[in-house]
Amino acid sequence: MAYSDKVKDHYDHPRNVGSLPKEDPTVGTGMVGAPECGDVMKLQIKVSERGVIEDAKFKTFGCGSAIASSSLATEWVKGKTIEEALKIKNTDIVQELNLPPIKIHCSVLAEDAIRAAIADYYKKNAGAGPEDGKAS
Amino acid sequence: MVKLPIYMDYHATTPIDPRVLETMMPALTDEFGNAASRNHSFGWKAEHAVEEARSKIAKLIGSEDPKEIIFTSGATESNNLALKGVAEMYREKGDHLITMAIEHKAVLDTCKTLERKGFRVTTLPVNREGLIDLNELRNAITDKTILISIMMANNEIGVIQEIGEIGKLAKQKGVIFHTDASQAAGKIEIDVEKLGVDLLSLSAHKMYGPKGVGALYVRKKNPRVRLVPQMDGGGHERGMRSGTLNVPGIVGLGRACEIAGAEMKEESKRLFSLRERLREGLLRELDEIYVNGSLKNRLPNNLNISFAYVEGESLLMGINEEIAVSSGSACTSATLEPSYVLKALGVGEDLAHTSIRFGLGRFNTEEEVDYVIKRMVETVRRLRELSPLYEMAKEGVNIQKVQWKKE
Repeated sequence: MAYSDKVKDHYDHPRNVGSLPKEDPTVGTGMVGAPECGDVMKLQIKVSERGVIEDAKFKTFGCGSAIASSSLATEWVKGKTIEEALKIKNTDIVQELNLPPIKIHCSVLAEDAIRAAIADYYKKNAGAGPEDGKAS
Repeated sequence: MVKLPIYMDYHATTPIDPRVLETMMPALTDEFGNAASRNHSFGWKAEHAVEEARSKIAKLIGSEDPKEIIFTSGATESNNLALKGVAEMYREKGDHLITMAIEHKAVLDTCKTLERKGFRVTTLPVNREGLIDLNELRNAITDKTILISIMMANNEIGVIQEIGEIGKLAKQKGVIFHTDASQAAGKIEIDVEKLGVDLLSLSAHKMYGPKGVGALYVRKKNPRVRLVPQMDGGGHERGMRSGTLNVPGIVGLGRACEIAGAEMKEESKRLFSLRERLREGLLRELDEIYVNGSLKNRLPNNLNISFAYVEGESLLMGINEEIAVSSGSACTSATLEPSYVLKALGVGEDLAHTSIRFGLGRFNTEEEVDYVIKRMVETVRRLRELSPLYEMAKEGVNIQKVQWKKE
């Protein structure tokens, strides 16, 4: 299978690889996928008092497109408010990375990972956001 | 310096050996006759070349009569002809066939077609090692069983079945025994007489011959196996397979068999030592890697390993500009299902996604093996740093017990 240059670039130079302390109340952790499906993404966000995502990290078990999708997701959420981050759609990722139809599920998983991380952050910080617990 | 890219996917296909190509050249140029032309020298030469090739193939597999070799377009056709040909011919005797779970799709899908036509098929499971249980085979045979089809060596894990024992059992019960020897022919010793094989498929491009040509061995006596042809026409190949013979391909297959037979002893030793060098090198450098299938009953040139916590396609992506190997990962197939062969062995789907198949061959060297070890180790380590599963495992989390939110 041929990969787009952007997928290759994220695969060769993944952005924001690593982990943030799970217990930190300002950190939200999203873990989506399953090993038997061949994809597991962990995406973490660190949210400032003003509700801005000031740091994001990921680790992904999956194909090159899954790695690239989650790497791109961390790049995109950084510096955004939670509300802005929630507007990121899997189709934006598909477009940016030129993913073929068979790899669309990788972008879906990355969107799910962002949402799961935000939901986790809300769960830890009831009352912190406009959605007020609803996201959890 | 090693020359890149390195080809280590010899189960998929092999390059034509230069000696094979040289033998084929006349048939591709001046000696272009139709082997069925009985009234001029062009035809006679072609026929002579074909018969010479037929003898060489017969010799490689221990057949005493070259007439037992039927030329086809490859092992897929041979398998189709063997299974459908026997099923149709012996339908009045019985309607039951036996095969196993890790056969090539050319056998499994042919069986499905036969099932749609009213035949019954028993698909035997394999154990963790990739071997069938002979007792289960014995119990599966009924008085309606007309054919057992069990491959000699598997294309993914290289595991060799107990063909001699199966042959014995088939003889006792009076059932015809077919084996797909695509991966085994030319690599391990085959003697259809000793093994009790009645039908055997092989392919040229798996043994340094050209693509598009193969053969089916069809036993002529004790018992005489008869087949309903699946291709009608001029009645070539004792009426079993019509169509003008692919003379250059056949000549190439013959020469490929001759070379494989002459060099088998030394070459299999060499391949075995390369394989062990690869296996030991990887095991020395990496934790949590697992060989899939029996190491004892295995082709000397095959290694299939799961690299836990690293998805197969991402692993290939890291090396495939330099190294050609293949993966059992779902992401490399159109179906999004990981290898059915590994699944049949009881390898968990999580580990099936992390498997890589190495197929060593005639043109691989020690330097290449060392380079492959080095690049595999680097890439696995890098991807494990990226793997949330590896991180969890290192933290002591049991990944099997985690409740995953599936899509």
